[in-house]
Amino acid sequence: MTMVDKANPGDLEKDDPSELALIEERKFERRRKIESIAIPIGTLICLLLAWQLGVRLFGVPTYIAPAPSDVAGAFIKQFPLLLTNFWPTLFEAVLGFITGNLAAVLIAVAFVHSKTVEKAFFPIAVFINTIPILAIAPILVLIFGAGLTAKVVIAALICFFPTLVNMVRGLQSVSPQALELARILSASKSEIFWKIRLPSSLPFLFSALKIAATTCVIGAIVGEWVGADVGLGALIIDSTFNFRSALLYATVFMSSGLSVVLFASVSIAERMIVRWHT
Amino acid sequence: MSDGNTILEAATGSSPVAASLKNAYVRFGAFTAIENLSLDVEDGAFYTILGPSGCGKSTMLRLVSDLIPAASGEVNIFGKSTEEARLAREFAFVFQDATLLPWRTALQNVQLPLEIGRKRGVKIPTSDKSPSELLDLVGLSGREDALPHELSGGMRQRVAIARALVCKPKLLLMDEPFGALDEMTRDHLNLQLLKIWQETGVTILFVTHSIPEAVFLGQKVLMLQAHPGRLKEVVEIDLPYPREIKLRDTPEFTRHAAYLRELLEAC
Repeated sequence: MTMVDKANPGDLEKDDPSELALIEERKFERRRKIESIAIPIGTLICLLLAWQLGVRLFGVPTYIAPAPSDVAGAFIKQFPLLLTNFWPTLFEAVLGFITGNLAAVLIAVAFVHSKTVEKAFFPIAVFINTIPILAIAPILVLIFGAGLTAKVVIAALICFFPTLVNMVRGLQSVSPQALELARILSASKSEIFWKIRLPSSLPFLFSALKIAATTCVIGAIVGEWVGADVGLGALIIDSTFNFRSALLYATVFMSSGLSVVLFASVSIAERMIVRWHT
Repeated sequence: MSDGNTILEAATGSSPVAASLKNAYVRFGAFTAIENLSLDVEDGAFYTILGPSGCGKSTMLRLVSDLIPAASGEVNIFGKSTEEARLAREFAFVFQDATLLPWRTALQNVQLPLEIGRKRGVKIPTSDKSPSELLDLVGLSGREDALPHELSGGMRQRVAIARALVCKPKLLLMDEPFGALDEMTRDHLNLQLLKIWQETGVTILFVTHSIPEAVFLGQKVLMLQAHPGRLKEVVEIDLPYPREIKLRDTPEFTRHAAYLRELLEAC
């Protein structure tokens, strides 16, 4: 009797095994989600703490390696200065992003429509891409002067090649059957381009734009290293030479923040435009 | 029937032939894909095309649809050259793969033929049914705004059929359209296709690998032979319409299927 009594309430609580499994699974999912956020953040905090303790414990001078607290202090105190130098770099990077990618897209269109153009210019594009950006930057500053143009050209140049290669692949990614369909519908070349080739290439284009969103910032900063009095690149050089290490670190932090903002903008645009590639 | 046709012929001066091939050859370099193919495709009929691989089934559809030229011989569609017929949208093509544009919704994919071709001088005819009514016809009402990746393989192929019907073609060319689908979906689409054929009166040339499908759908089976591809026999399937799935279990059906299997093995 007692055994039955013990067993009965247990049976009542377990109403449905599949529902229980579902609840278990949800719990597991939630735990995994929390873990996927908590682990990297925890690691970051530990590393920052180790850095802070290391610098303080071994008495490293601030101008050689500032502690995270110094960097945070500099970031807050010098924020107006950082912001004044943020805008020119943003402007150069975005202008370079637009011109470099626009040129790459237009040239990719020309390549796809004419094999001769591709044969003539693709080796040159590869050659230009093999020159290190640090080597070509002084040349461009000599040509265009220390103004805005040189930085935009350098940023554009660094965006150019990945977009060219991806865009050519994207425009060629149309299936043979889609082209047969176009032929049966008697589509003109421009109809094939606008209605089939260009939309097909968008997922490829956005992969390239995401690369360009971060590299264009590098281009603008390298341009500013060679010759500029404003911009994050100029601030990096200035704070290095004056041993203002905390400010230097804060500037580097600001630069990577700029890249992240541009990358996020392109990702959001991609999610709104390319809804079909999941 | 034949009297009526003769009268019609006399009255309009045109024959009730949807497509006619006269001594048509197709060559790819030194390789002869189709040799001396002569055939009159009767207007309004349902033809299925069967044959071993390499017999030029797909090549034949591509020849009729002006995708590839004839090396010699003549191909006419409703008395026009294949190019004129293409520009007049006399025919439509359904591929094995649905070939939908993945960024367009089901409805926008059906509308595609209405947007393309004016620059090349196509006068775009429209079906008396609107694109969304055509989606209803293929059993996809309510899924107008779905993107292709949100649809199953069978649904995508139904969108492709609706797209083919949007310009009210008189000849529908289908290249193994249900070849990649599972048995159940295929049965369902076979029935739906027969219904569409009877409602619209369109002439159908339907390439398939499956003997039961060829018998179930067709009024006539064109048996092709390989190396080089040529016409072996036209087999009449005298089973009455409307046909239902259970027709497949009847002795008449089995007899036709057995005969075609023998022919195919002799190829």
